[in-house]
Amino acid sequence: MQETRLIAFHLKDLAWEWLETDLCKWFLHMGKMEMCLAIPAEVKEINGDTARVDFGGGVLRDVNISLVDVQVGEYVLVHVGYAIQVIDRKAAQETLQLWREILQAEPSSL
Amino acid sequence: MEGETPNFRDPILAKRVAEQIQSIAPPFSVKICHVCGTHEDTITRFGLRSLLPERVDVIAGPGCPVCVVPSAEIDEALFLAQKGVTIVTFGDMLRVPGSTMALQDARASGGDVRIVYSPRDAVKMAKQEQGKDFVFFAIGFETTAPATALEILNGPPKNLSFLISHRLIPPVMELLLGLGDLHIDGFIAPGHVSTIIGMRPYEIFATAYRMPTVIAGFEPLDVLFAVSMLLKQIREREARLENEYTRSVTWGGNTKAQGLIWKVFDVVSGPWRGIGRVPNSTLKLKEEFLDYDARKRYEIKTEPSRDLLPGCSCHLVLIGRIRPPECKLYGKVCTPASPRGPCMVSSEGTCRIWYKYNGKRKF
Repeated sequence: MQETRLIAFHLKDLAWEWLETDLCKWFLHMGKMEMCLAIPAEVKEINGDTARVDFGGGVLRDVNISLVDVQVGEYVLVHVGYAIQVIDRKAAQETLQLWREILQAEPSSL
Repeated sequence: MEGETPNFRDPILAKRVAEQIQSIAPPFSVKICHVCGTHEDTITRFGLRSLLPERVDVIAGPGCPVCVVPSAEIDEALFLAQKGVTIVTFGDMLRVPGSTMALQDARASGGDVRIVYSPRDAVKMAKQEQGKDFVFFAIGFETTAPATALEILNGPPKNLSFLISHRLIPPVMELLLGLGDLHIDGFIAPGHVSTIIGMRPYEIFATAYRMPTVIAGFEPLDVLFAVSMLLKQIREREARLENEYTRSVTWGGNTKAQGLIWKVFDVVSGPWRGIGRVPNSTLKLKEEFLDYDARKRYEIKTEPSRDLLPGCSCHLVLIGRIRPPECKLYGKVCTPASPRGPCMVSSEGTCRIWYKYNGKRKF
Protein backbone atom coordinates (compact mmCIF):
# COMPACT_ATOMS: atom_id res chain seq x y z
CA MET A 1 0.00 0.00 0.00
CA GLN A 2 2.83 2.25 0.95
CA GLU A 3 4.63 1.36 -2.28
CA THR A 4 1.63 2.29 -4.38
CA ARG A 5 1.28 5.60 -2.61
CA LEU A 6 4.91 6.41 -3.14
CA ILE A 7 4.85 5.43 -6.79
CA ALA A 8 1.78 7.58 -7.20
CA PHE A 9 3.58 10.39 -5.40
CA HIS A 10 6.51 10.02 -7.78
CA LEU A 11 4.38 10.00 -10.90
CA LYS A 12 2.15 12.79 -9.70
CA ASP A 13 5.28 14.68 -8.79
CA LEU A 14 6.71 14.29 -12.28
CA ALA A 15 3.49 15.36 -13.93
CA TRP A 16 3.08 18.32 -11.67
CA GLU A 17 6.69 19.29 -11.93
CA TRP A 18 6.37 19.49 -15.67
CA LEU A 19 3.13 21.40 -15.50
CA GLU A 20 4.06 23.67 -12.64
CA THR A 21 7.51 24.51 -13.96
CA ASP A 22 6.10 25.45 -17.31
CA LEU A 23 3.30 27.46 -15.72
CA CYS A 24 5.76 29.16 -13.41
CA LYS A 25 7.93 30.11 -16.34
CA TRP A 26 4.96 31.25 -18.37
CA PHE A 27 3.83 33.45 -15.52
CA LEU A 28 7.30 34.91 -15.15
CA HIS A 29 7.41 35.51 -18.87
CA MET A 30 4.07 37.28 -18.79
CA GLY A 31 5.20 39.31 -15.77
CA LYS A 32 2.30 37.97 -13.76
CA MET A 33 4.18 35.97 -11.17
CA GLU A 34 2.18 35.56 -7.99
CA MET A 35 3.79 37.15 -5.01
CA CYS A 36 3.93 34.24 -2.65
CA LEU A 37 6.86 32.21 -3.83
CA ALA A 38 10.50 32.89 -3.52
CA ILE A 39 12.24 31.23 -6.44
CA PRO A 40 15.92 30.35 -6.83
CA ALA A 41 17.80 31.92 -9.72
CA GLU A 42 21.42 32.07 -10.87
CA VAL A 43 23.09 35.46 -10.97
CA LYS A 44 24.43 36.08 -14.47
CA GLU A 45 25.37 39.76 -14.43
CA ILE A 46 25.55 42.51 -11.84
CA ASN A 47 25.00 46.23 -12.49
CA GLY A 48 25.13 48.13 -9.22
CA ASP A 49 21.97 47.32 -7.28
CA THR A 50 20.48 45.20 -10.03
CA ALA A 51 21.37 41.74 -11.24
CA ARG A 52 20.27 39.81 -14.28
CA VAL A 53 19.27 36.38 -13.03
CA ASP A 54 18.39 33.11 -14.73
CA PHE A 55 15.41 31.16 -13.39
CA GLY A 56 16.17 28.30 -15.73
CA GLY A 57 14.64 27.47 -19.07
CA GLY A 58 15.79 30.73 -20.57
CA VAL A 59 13.78 32.91 -18.21
CA LEU A 60 15.93 35.92 -17.40
CA ARG A 61 14.90 38.79 -15.16
CA ASP A 62 16.41 41.85 -13.57
CA VAL A 63 16.14 41.78 -9.80
CA ASN A 64 17.18 44.15 -7.05
CA ILE A 65 20.11 42.88 -5.01
CA SER A 66 20.33 45.61 -2.33
CA LEU A 67 19.29 43.12 0.33
CA VAL A 68 22.11 40.64 -0.31
CA ASP A 69 25.85 40.42 -0.91
CA VAL A 70 26.19 38.22 -3.96
CA GLN A 71 28.55 37.35 -6.80
CA VAL A 72 27.99 36.20 -10.35
CA GLY A 73 27.48 32.45 -10.46
CA GLU A 74 25.81 32.25 -7.07
CA TYR A 75 22.14 31.41 -6.62
CA VAL A 76 19.66 33.75 -4.97
CA LEU A 77 16.12 33.42 -3.69
CA VAL A 78 13.95 35.99 -5.45
CA HIS A 79 10.75 37.36 -3.94
CA VAL A 80 8.65 40.12 -5.55
CA GLY A 81 11.61 41.26 -7.65
CA TYR A 82 14.22 41.33 -4.88
CA ALA A 83 16.91 38.83 -4.00
CA ILE A 84 16.32 38.04 -0.32
CA GLN A 85 19.08 35.50 0.29
CA VAL A 86 22.05 33.84 -1.31
CA ILE A 87 21.42 30.11 -1.42
CA ASP A 88 24.14 28.08 0.21
CA ARG A 89 24.49 25.17 -2.21
CA LYS A 90 26.99 23.43 0.01
CA ALA A 91 24.46 23.48 2.85
CA ALA A 92 21.87 22.04 0.48
CA GLN A 93 24.14 19.16 -0.45
CA GLU A 94 25.06 18.60 3.20
CA THR A 95 21.41 18.43 4.24
CA LEU A 96 20.68 15.73 1.70
CA GLN A 97 23.88 13.83 2.45
CA LEU A 98 23.18 13.92 6.19
CA TRP A 99 19.72 12.48 5.74
CA ARG A 100 20.97 9.79 3.40
CA GLU A 101 23.43 8.76 6.09
CA ILE A 102 20.88 8.87 8.90
CA LEU A 103 18.39 6.79 6.99
CA GLN A 104 20.87 4.23 5.77
CA ALA A 105 22.07 3.86 9.35
CA GLU A 106 18.53 3.08 10.53
CA PRO A 107 17.97 -0.65 10.96
CA SER A 108 15.46 -1.86 8.38
CA SER A 109 12.99 -3.01 11.02
CA LEU A 110 12.56 -0.36 13.70
CA MET B 1 28.35 14.30 -6.01
CA GLU B 2 30.34 17.48 -6.51
CA GLY B 3 28.37 20.02 -8.54
CA GLU B 4 25.31 17.76 -8.67
CA THR B 5 22.12 19.78 -8.35
CA PRO B 6 20.69 19.06 -4.89
CA ASN B 7 17.38 17.27 -5.41
CA PHE B 8 14.85 17.89 -2.67
CA ARG B 9 12.26 15.80 -4.52
CA ASP B 10 14.21 12.55 -4.58
CA PRO B 11 11.48 9.92 -4.27
CA ILE B 12 13.80 7.24 -2.92
CA LEU B 13 14.91 9.44 -0.08
CA ALA B 14 11.29 10.45 0.46
CA LYS B 15 10.32 6.81 0.81
CA ARG B 16 13.03 6.32 3.42
CA VAL B 17 11.98 9.38 5.41
CA ALA B 18 8.33 8.31 5.26
CA GLU B 19 9.27 4.88 6.61
CA GLN B 20 11.34 6.44 9.36
CA ILE B 21 8.44 8.72 10.28
CA GLN B 22 6.14 5.70 10.55
CA SER B 23 8.49 4.11 13.05
CA ILE B 24 9.51 7.10 15.15
CA ALA B 25 6.08 8.68 15.50
CA PRO B 26 5.15 8.46 19.19
CA PRO B 27 2.25 6.16 20.11
CA PHE B 28 -0.09 9.07 20.88
CA SER B 29 -1.80 11.72 18.72
CA VAL B 30 0.39 14.53 17.55
CA LYS B 31 -0.71 17.82 16.05
CA ILE B 32 1.83 19.78 14.04
CA CYS B 33 1.01 23.29 12.89
CA HIS B 34 2.59 25.21 10.03
CA VAL B 35 1.94 28.87 9.23
CA CYS B 36 2.70 29.18 5.57
CA GLY B 37 0.55 28.88 2.47
CA THR B 38 3.48 27.59 0.48
CA HIS B 39 3.98 24.78 3.01
CA GLU B 40 0.31 23.86 2.67
CA ASP B 41 0.75 23.87 -1.08
CA THR B 42 3.70 21.46 -0.93
CA ILE B 43 1.94 19.23 1.60
CA THR B 44 -1.27 19.03 -0.40
CA ARG B 45 0.30 18.87 -3.84
CA PHE B 46 2.59 16.00 -2.99
CA GLY B 47 0.06 14.20 -0.80
CA LEU B 48 2.41 14.29 2.18
CA ARG B 49 -0.38 13.80 4.73
CA SER B 50 -1.06 10.38 3.22
CA LEU B 51 2.52 9.37 3.99
CA LEU B 52 2.13 10.09 7.70
CA PRO B 53 0.54 7.80 10.30
CA GLU B 54 -3.06 8.76 10.97
CA ARG B 55 -2.30 9.88 14.50
CA VAL B 56 0.02 12.61 13.14
CA ASP B 57 -2.04 15.58 12.04
CA VAL B 58 -0.58 18.55 10.20
CA ILE B 59 -2.78 21.65 10.37
CA ALA B 60 -2.52 24.89 8.46
CA GLY B 61 -2.31 28.12 10.45
CA PRO B 62 -2.80 31.65 9.09
CA GLY B 63 0.08 31.66 6.66
CA CYS B 64 -1.71 33.48 3.89
CA PRO B 65 -0.82 37.19 3.84
CA VAL B 66 -3.70 38.05 1.51
CA CYS B 67 -6.28 36.08 3.52
CA VAL B 68 -5.54 37.94 6.76
CA VAL B 69 -5.96 41.47 5.44
CA PRO B 70 -9.06 42.75 7.27
CA SER B 71 -12.11 43.65 5.19
CA ALA B 72 -11.84 47.15 6.61
CA GLU B 73 -8.50 47.65 4.85
CA ILE B 74 -9.84 46.38 1.54
CA ASP B 75 -12.74 48.79 2.04
CA GLU B 76 -10.17 51.58 2.52
CA ALA B 77 -8.56 50.71 -0.82
CA LEU B 78 -11.99 50.59 -2.45
CA PHE B 79 -12.84 54.03 -1.06
CA LEU B 80 -9.68 55.41 -2.62
CA ALA B 81 -10.32 53.69 -5.94
CA GLN B 82 -13.77 55.21 -6.05
CA LYS B 83 -12.25 58.65 -5.36
CA GLY B 84 -10.10 58.36 -8.47
CA VAL B 85 -6.88 57.19 -6.87
CA THR B 86 -5.07 54.45 -8.79
CA ILE B 87 -4.67 51.43 -6.55
CA VAL B 88 -1.67 49.22 -7.23
CA THR B 89 -1.28 45.85 -5.53
CA PHE B 90 -0.33 42.19 -5.90
CA GLY B 91 -2.49 40.01 -8.11
CA ASP B 92 -4.25 37.96 -5.45
CA MET B 93 -5.64 41.05 -3.73
CA LEU B 94 -7.84 41.96 -6.65
CA ARG B 95 -10.39 39.23 -6.11
CA VAL B 96 -10.61 39.18 -2.33
CA PRO B 97 -13.97 40.54 -1.22
CA GLY B 98 -14.03 43.33 1.33
CA SER B 99 -17.27 43.90 3.19
CA THR B 100 -19.28 44.10 0.00
CA MET B 101 -17.05 43.83 -3.02
CA ALA B 102 -13.51 43.20 -4.27
CA LEU B 103 -11.03 45.63 -5.82
CA GLN B 104 -11.61 44.20 -9.26
CA ASP B 105 -15.27 45.20 -8.96
CA ALA B 106 -14.18 48.81 -8.57
CA ARG B 107 -12.94 48.64 -12.14
CA ALA B 108 -16.50 48.09 -13.32
CA SER B 109 -17.43 51.53 -11.98
CA GLY B 110 -14.42 53.23 -13.52
CA GLY B 111 -11.89 52.63 -10.74
CA ASP B 112 -8.26 52.22 -11.77
CA VAL B 113 -6.85 49.14 -10.05
CA ARG B 114 -3.61 47.63 -11.31
CA ILE B 115 -1.59 44.53 -10.56
CA VAL B 116 2.16 44.58 -10.06
CA TYR B 117 4.65 41.87 -9.29
CA SER B 118 6.95 44.15 -7.30
CA PRO B 119 6.66 47.36 -5.23
CA ARG B 120 9.31 48.75 -7.58
CA ASP B 121 6.81 48.52 -10.43
CA ALA B 122 4.44 50.74 -8.46
CA VAL B 123 7.21 53.32 -8.14
CA LYS B 124 7.94 53.14 -11.86
CA MET B 125 4.27 53.57 -12.72
CA ALA B 126 3.90 56.62 -10.51
CA LYS B 127 7.00 58.19 -12.04
CA GLN B 128 5.72 57.57 -15.55
CA GLU B 129 2.24 58.94 -14.90
CA GLN B 130 2.81 62.14 -12.95
CA GLY B 131 -0.73 63.38 -13.47
CA LYS B 132 -2.26 60.53 -11.45
CA ASP B 133 -2.32 59.74 -7.75
CA PHE B 134 -1.16 56.26 -6.86
CA VAL B 135 -1.50 54.16 -3.72
CA PHE B 136 0.43 50.94 -3.30
CA PHE B 137 -1.54 48.48 -1.17
CA ALA B 138 1.40 46.86 0.61
CA ILE B 139 0.56 43.40 1.90
CA GLY B 140 2.76 40.51 2.93
CA PHE B 141 4.70 39.16 5.89
CA GLU B 142 8.33 39.72 6.83
CA THR B 143 9.43 38.34 3.47
CA THR B 144 7.82 41.22 1.61
CA ALA B 145 8.08 44.09 4.09
CA PRO B 146 11.78 44.80 3.27
CA ALA B 147 10.85 45.46 -0.35
CA THR B 148 8.26 48.05 0.67
CA ALA B 149 10.73 49.55 3.15
CA LEU B 150 13.40 49.82 0.47
CA GLU B 151 11.12 51.68 -1.90
CA ILE B 152 10.08 54.12 0.81
CA LEU B 153 13.68 54.76 1.81
CA ASN B 154 14.61 55.41 -1.80
CA GLY B 155 12.25 58.38 -1.79
CA PRO B 156 9.18 57.52 -3.85
CA PRO B 157 7.64 60.08 -6.23
CA LYS B 158 5.30 62.56 -4.59
CA ASN B 159 2.24 61.14 -6.36
CA LEU B 160 2.69 57.75 -4.65
CA SER B 161 1.66 56.79 -1.13
CA PHE B 162 1.37 53.48 0.69
CA LEU B 163 -1.53 51.65 2.32
CA ILE B 164 0.47 49.49 4.71
CA SER B 165 -0.90 46.06 5.53
CA HIS B 166 2.19 44.06 6.52
CA ARG B 167 1.96 41.48 9.27
CA LEU B 168 4.42 39.46 11.36
CA ILE B 169 4.40 35.71 11.80
CA PRO B 170 5.90 34.90 15.24
CA PRO B 171 3.18 36.95 17.05
CA VAL B 172 0.39 34.97 15.40
CA MET B 173 2.16 31.74 16.27
CA GLU B 174 2.08 32.94 19.88
CA LEU B 175 -1.61 33.65 19.57
CA LEU B 176 -2.23 30.11 18.33
CA LEU B 177 -0.47 28.76 21.40
CA GLY B 178 -2.74 30.93 23.52
CA LEU B 179 -5.77 29.15 22.07
CA GLY B 180 -5.54 26.38 24.61
CA ASP B 181 -7.92 24.07 22.82
CA LEU B 182 -5.87 23.82 19.63
CA HIS B 183 -3.45 21.39 21.33
CA ILE B 184 -0.48 22.06 19.10
CA ASP B 185 2.49 19.78 19.77
CA GLY B 186 4.98 21.34 17.39
CA PHE B 187 5.50 24.07 14.80
CA ILE B 188 6.84 23.98 11.29
CA ALA B 189 8.11 27.54 10.93
CA PRO B 190 7.96 29.24 7.53
CA GLY B 191 11.01 29.12 5.29
CA HIS B 192 11.12 32.48 3.62
CA VAL B 193 9.89 34.58 6.51
CA SER B 194 12.75 32.89 8.40
CA THR B 195 15.19 33.70 5.62
CA ILE B 196 14.59 37.31 6.59
CA ILE B 197 14.10 37.11 10.38
CA GLY B 198 16.47 34.24 11.12
CA MET B 199 16.02 31.72 13.89
CA ARG B 200 16.14 33.97 16.91
CA PRO B 201 12.49 35.16 16.99
CA TYR B 202 11.37 31.55 17.40
CA GLU B 203 13.58 30.86 20.43
CA ILE B 204 10.74 31.88 22.70
CA PHE B 205 8.67 28.92 21.53
CA ALA B 206 11.28 26.37 22.53
CA THR B 207 12.25 28.05 25.80
CA ALA B 208 9.18 29.80 27.22
CA TYR B 209 6.48 27.65 25.62
CA ARG B 210 8.33 24.32 25.45
CA MET B 211 7.10 23.96 21.90
CA PRO B 212 9.24 21.99 19.43
CA THR B 213 9.86 24.19 16.41
CA VAL B 214 11.55 23.36 13.12
CA ILE B 215 12.13 25.84 10.30
CA ALA B 216 11.52 24.10 6.97
CA GLY B 217 12.05 24.73 3.28
CA PHE B 218 9.41 24.23 0.65
CA GLU B 219 10.35 21.11 -1.23
CA PRO B 220 8.60 17.87 -0.22
CA LEU B 221 11.77 16.50 1.35
CA ASP B 222 12.17 19.66 3.40
CA VAL B 223 8.73 19.17 4.90
CA LEU B 224 9.25 15.45 5.51
CA PHE B 225 12.61 16.10 7.18
CA ALA B 226 10.99 18.73 9.39
CA VAL B 227 8.15 16.41 10.39
CA SER B 228 10.70 13.73 11.24
CA MET B 229 12.74 16.17 13.32
CA LEU B 230 9.63 17.30 15.19
CA LEU B 231 8.42 13.77 15.88
CA LYS B 232 11.81 12.82 17.24
CA GLN B 233 11.68 15.77 19.65
CA ILE B 234 8.11 15.05 20.67
CA ARG B 235 8.84 11.37 21.22
CA GLU B 236 11.81 12.23 23.42
CA ARG B 237 9.84 14.95 25.26
CA GLU B 238 12.24 17.64 24.07
CA ALA B 239 11.48 21.19 23.01
CA ARG B 240 14.13 22.70 20.77
CA LEU B 241 14.38 25.12 17.92
CA GLU B 242 15.92 23.47 14.86
CA ASN B 243 16.64 24.59 11.33
CA GLU B 244 15.98 22.23 8.42
CA TYR B 245 16.34 24.97 5.83
CA THR B 246 20.05 25.58 6.36
CA ARG B 247 20.63 26.52 2.71
CA SER B 248 18.57 29.70 3.15
CA VAL B 249 18.05 30.36 6.84
CA THR B 250 20.80 31.40 9.23
CA TRP B 251 20.70 32.18 12.93
CA GLY B 252 20.63 35.95 12.40
CA GLY B 253 18.72 35.92 9.12
CA ASN B 254 19.09 38.72 6.59
CA THR B 255 20.20 41.57 8.83
CA LYS B 256 20.24 44.09 5.99
CA ALA B 257 16.58 43.37 5.24
CA GLN B 258 15.67 43.48 8.94
CA GLY B 259 17.45 46.80 9.30
CA LEU B 260 15.34 48.26 6.52
CA ILE B 261 12.11 47.10 8.15
CA TRP B 262 13.03 48.68 11.49
CA LYS B 263 14.15 51.90 9.85
CA VAL B 264 10.80 52.43 8.21
CA PHE B 265 8.21 50.71 10.40
CA ASP B 266 7.03 50.49 13.99
CA VAL B 267 5.27 47.42 15.34
CA VAL B 268 1.74 47.82 16.64
CA SER B 269 -1.09 45.52 17.56
CA GLY B 270 -3.67 45.12 14.86
CA PRO B 271 -6.48 43.02 13.48
CA TRP B 272 -6.08 39.98 11.28
CA ARG B 273 -9.09 39.02 9.19
CA GLY B 274 -11.15 36.35 10.87
CA ILE B 275 -8.82 36.25 13.87
CA GLY B 276 -9.17 39.61 15.55
CA ARG B 277 -6.52 41.59 17.36
CA VAL B 278 -3.07 40.02 17.35
CA PRO B 279 -0.67 41.80 19.72
CA ASN B 280 2.46 43.39 18.22
CA SER B 281 1.82 41.89 14.83
CA THR B 282 1.33 44.67 12.30
CA LEU B 283 3.63 47.26 10.80
CA LYS B 284 2.92 50.98 10.79
CA LEU B 285 4.97 53.68 9.09
CA LYS B 286 7.29 55.61 11.40
CA GLU B 287 6.66 59.30 12.08
CA GLU B 288 9.22 60.53 9.54
CA PHE B 289 7.59 58.60 6.71
CA LEU B 290 3.98 59.54 7.41
CA ASP B 291 4.00 61.78 4.32
CA TYR B 292 3.85 58.53 2.37
CA ASP B 293 1.08 57.01 4.46
CA ALA B 294 -2.09 56.84 2.39
CA ARG B 295 -4.15 56.94 5.57
CA LYS B 296 -2.61 60.32 6.42
CA ARG B 297 -2.69 61.71 2.90
CA TYR B 298 -6.33 60.94 2.30
CA GLU B 299 -9.30 61.19 4.59
CA ILE B 300 -10.59 57.69 4.20
CA LYS B 301 -14.18 57.05 5.27
CA THR B 302 -15.54 53.57 5.41
CA GLU B 303 -18.65 51.88 6.78
CA PRO B 304 -18.35 49.36 9.60
CA SER B 305 -16.83 46.30 8.01
CA ARG B 306 -17.49 42.60 8.18
CA ASP B 307 -14.73 40.09 7.69
CA LEU B 308 -16.83 37.11 6.73
CA LEU B 309 -19.78 36.61 4.43
CA PRO B 310 -22.61 34.49 5.89
CA GLY B 311 -21.68 30.83 5.96
CA CYS B 312 -17.98 31.43 5.32
CA SER B 313 -15.75 29.52 7.74
CA CYS B 314 -12.45 31.18 6.84
CA HIS B 315 -11.95 32.15 10.48
CA LEU B 316 -11.88 28.45 11.38
CA VAL B 317 -9.78 27.38 8.41
CA LEU B 318 -7.22 30.12 9.09
CA ILE B 319 -6.36 28.77 12.52
CA GLY B 320 -6.50 25.14 11.49
CA ARG B 321 -9.63 24.34 13.45
CA ILE B 322 -11.32 22.81 10.44
CA ARG B 323 -10.21 21.51 7.08
CA PRO B 324 -11.66 23.15 3.97
CA PRO B 325 -14.11 20.34 3.13
CA GLU B 326 -15.63 20.80 6.59
CA CYS B 327 -16.87 24.23 5.55
CA LYS B 328 -20.46 24.04 4.36
CA LEU B 329 -19.74 26.27 1.38
CA TYR B 330 -16.59 24.54 0.16
CA GLY B 331 -16.86 23.17 -3.35
CA LYS B 332 -20.52 24.04 -3.56
CA VAL B 333 -21.14 27.76 -3.33
CA CYS B 334 -17.49 28.59 -2.81
CA THR B 335 -15.02 27.68 -5.53
CA PRO B 336 -12.03 29.48 -7.06
CA ALA B 337 -14.31 30.71 -9.83
CA SER B 338 -16.80 32.15 -7.33
CA PRO B 339 -15.04 32.55 -3.97
CA ARG B 340 -16.99 33.50 -0.85
CA GLY B 341 -13.98 34.20 1.30
CA PRO B 342 -10.28 35.03 1.11
CA CYS B 343 -9.16 31.44 1.78
CA MET B 344 -10.53 30.43 -1.60
CA VAL B 345 -9.12 33.42 -3.47
CA SER B 346 -5.47 33.53 -2.64
CA SER B 347 -2.98 31.05 -4.06
CA GLU B 348 -1.79 30.68 -0.47
CA GLY B 349 -5.27 30.21 0.94
CA THR B 350 -5.87 26.77 2.42
CA CYS B 351 -9.22 26.30 0.66
CA ARG B 352 -7.83 27.35 -2.71
CA ILE B 353 -4.93 24.96 -2.32
CA TRP B 354 -7.16 22.05 -1.35
CA TYR B 355 -9.50 22.76 -4.21
CA LYS B 356 -6.64 23.06 -6.69
CA TYR B 357 -5.28 19.62 -5.93
CA ASN B 358 -8.29 17.73 -4.60
CA GLY B 359 -11.30 19.38 -6.15
CA LYS B 360 -14.54 18.72 -4.39
CA ARG B 361 -13.39 15.44 -2.93
CA LYS B 362 -14.36 15.03 0.73
CA PHE B 363 -11.98 13.63 3.30
